[in-house]
Amino acid sequence: MRWINRRPSRGATLALQCLPFALLIIAYLIGSAIRLEANPNDKLLPSLATLADTVNRMAFQPDPRTGDYLLWSDTAASLWRLFAGLGISTVLALVVGLLIGLLPLMRATLAPFVAFVSMVPPLALLPILFIVMGLGEASKIALIVIGVAPILIRDLSLSALALPREQIVKAETLSASTWLIGLRVVLPQVLPRLLTSLRLQLGPAFLFLIAAEAISAESGLGYRIFLVRRYLSMDVIFPYVAWITLLAVVGDRLIDLLRRRAFPWSELEGAR
Amino acid sequence: MVPTIPFNAERDTRMSICRRTALATLTALAVLAVADPGLAEPKKDFKVAWSIYVGWMPWGYAADTGIVKKWADKYGITIEVTQFNDYVESINQYTAGAYDAVTVTNMDALSIPSAGGVDTTAVIVGDFSAGNDAVILKDGATLTDIKGRDVNLVEFSVSHYLLARALESVGMSEQDVKVVNTADPDMVGAFQTPDVTAMVTWNPMVSEIVKLPGATKVFDSSQIPGEIIDLMVANTQVLADNPDFGKALAGIWYDTVTVMASDTPEGAAARAAMGASSGTDQAGFEDQLAATKLFAKPADAVAFVTSPDLEKTMDHVRGFLFDKGLLGSGAPSADVIGIELPGGKVLGDNGNVKLRFSDTYMKMAADGAL
Repeated sequence: MRWINRRPSRGATLALQCLPFALLIIAYLIGSAIRLEANPNDKLLPSLATLADTVNRMAFQPDPRTGDYLLWSDTAASLWRLFAGLGISTVLALVVGLLIGLLPLMRATLAPFVAFVSMVPPLALLPILFIVMGLGEASKIALIVIGVAPILIRDLSLSALALPREQIVKAETLSASTWLIGLRVVLPQVLPRLLTSLRLQLGPAFLFLIAAEAISAESGLGYRIFLVRRYLSMDVIFPYVAWITLLAVVGDRLIDLLRRRAFPWSELEGAR
Repeated sequence: MVPTIPFNAERDTRMSICRRTALATLTALAVLAVADPGLAEPKKDFKVAWSIYVGWMPWGYAADTGIVKKWADKYGITIEVTQFNDYVESINQYTAGAYDAVTVTNMDALSIPSAGGVDTTAVIVGDFSAGNDAVILKDGATLTDIKGRDVNLVEFSVSHYLLARALESVGMSEQDVKVVNTADPDMVGAFQTPDVTAMVTWNPMVSEIVKLPGATKVFDSSQIPGEIIDLMVANTQVLADNPDFGKALAGIWYDTVTVMASDTPEGAAARAAMGASSGTDQAGFEDQLAATKLFAKPADAVAFVTSPDLEKTMDHVRGFLFDKGLLGSGAPSADVIGIELPGGKVLGDNGNVKLRFSDTYMKMAADGAL
C-alpha cells in the first residue's frame, strides 16, 4: 500500500497526537534533572514538584500581600483587555470592512488608508500610545485594536469583494436596494469569515496584550511574567505560558463553535 | 533538522551514553542544560557581562581601550567582556551559568543568583548610589504628599527598595500607596501623562524627569547612603578555582577608574567616551558621577566593605526581599540565605551561604600585590 493511503487507527491517531507533547515533557524532565543535580536551587528548569507547588500557590492560595488569588486576578485582568480589544476590532472590521467591500466610493476613500495603517508595526507605536492615552487600560486596548483591526478589516473587505459578481447582479434584478444587498447577500457570507479571521488573530492579540502589560500594569498575565522574569522564576513563567496557550486554544475552539452554531451554512463551503 | 549542541568535552565524558543520546534529541532545552552553573575546573577563558549604568561604564571603556586585554595577558587568560542592553537579562544569563561574572547591585545579587542557588562573590565594590535613585512627585513638596497616590516604578528593583525605605523614614508603609509596575525606558514619557503623579526611578531618567515642569525630587538615595551598592560579582567556585580571574578583574577595574577619576586630559577623554557610550556626553556623565560615590581607591572600597554598616545594609535588604517573597516562596525567614561578610561573619544560614562579600582582591589592589 502506498504511504499516502496508510491511515492510522483511532488508537494510533491518539498515540501519535500525544507523541510530540510527551517528547517535549520528557526533554524538559531530563534537562531539569541534569540541572538540579548540579544545583538543587536552580531556577531555570524547575522540577515538577516545584511547578506543582507554584501552581498551587498562584492559583489556590490567596496572596499574603493583597489577598487575591494571583492567577485568577491576572487572568481576569488580561481577558478583560483582550475581549475589549478584540470586540472593538471586530465591530470596526464589520463596519469599515463592509463599507469598503460594498461601496466603491468608500473603497476609494478608505482602502489605501487601511492598507497603509495595517503595515505600521504596532509595537513601535507603544511609546506614542502611552503618552497620548496614558499608562492605563486605554493604551493597552488601543494597542490590540491597532494591531488586529486593520488585518480584520482588510480580510473582511477582500472576502466581500470575492463574492461572485453574479449574486449581486441577481439581487439587483430582484430590485434589492444597496442596503438590502449588504444586509441579506453580503453580510451572511462574510460574517463566518470574520469569525475565522478573528480566530487567526487571537495569537497576535495575545502578543500585543503581553507586550503592553510588560511595560506598565498592576496585574495581568504578561505583567506577572515580566515581573517574575526579574527573579528568573521559571516556576511561575512556565505555568503561565502553558495557561496562556490553553486560553488561546480554548478561545479558538469557542469562536469556531460559535461560527458553526450561528452560521451553519458556512460549514457547507468547507470554510474551516 | 536537529541543531548541534555545544557539548563541553570534559563534561561529555562524565555523561552516560544513555543520557547523551537523550540529550541529543532535546535541542533547545538541552542547550540550556549544558550551560551548567557551578561547573568547576581551572580554565583559561572567562566571560564577563555588564550593562549600561554610570557605575559600570568603566567595564566597557576598559574593554574598548585594551585594559582588559592587558590584565588578561598578564595572567595568561582571556576575558570576553559583553555589554547587555537589558540589565535583568545579563543577571539571568550569569545565573544560568553562561557568564562567570556580572555587574549587579547588592540587592539583585542576593535575590537573583544567590536565591537561585548560585554561590556568588562580590569581587569589586565599585560605588554606591548617592542620589542616582530618587522619588519624584508631581505637584507635591514633601515626601508625605505621596500618601494615597499611584507610584510608577520598576517593581522589585532598587527603586522599590528605595520607596520602602523612604516611606519608612516618614512613618508610612507600602499600604499607603499603590505601586504600578512600569518599564524603565518608558519612565520619562510616562511622567508626562496626566495620570502619573509619583515615580521612583534612577539616572539617567531622574535627571531628565526633574527638568519637567511640576516635578519635585522628594527623596533620593543620598538619604540612605551606602545601601544601594554596585558590584562586580563572580561565581564563587570559578573564583576559587581561578584566583587569577579575580586578580585580573581587580586590576582592570582600578586601572580604569584611576584614569576615569583623574583630573587630566586622559581622564576627561575617558569620561567623554563613557558618557557617549551611555547615550549622553561628558557633562551629563559627570552629573551622574556626582550622584555616585565611586571608590576610586581600592583602600576606600576595602574600608567600606569591612565596615559594620554593610551588615546593617544587607539586613535591611534581605528583610525587604523576604517581605516581597523574593528569597523563594518557601523561605521560612530572611535567614534562609547566608551572607558572608569580610572576616567570615555570616548573616543568616551558615549552611547555605550563597552571597559573599570579599575584600581579598580589592586588598591586593590596595597593597599593589596584583
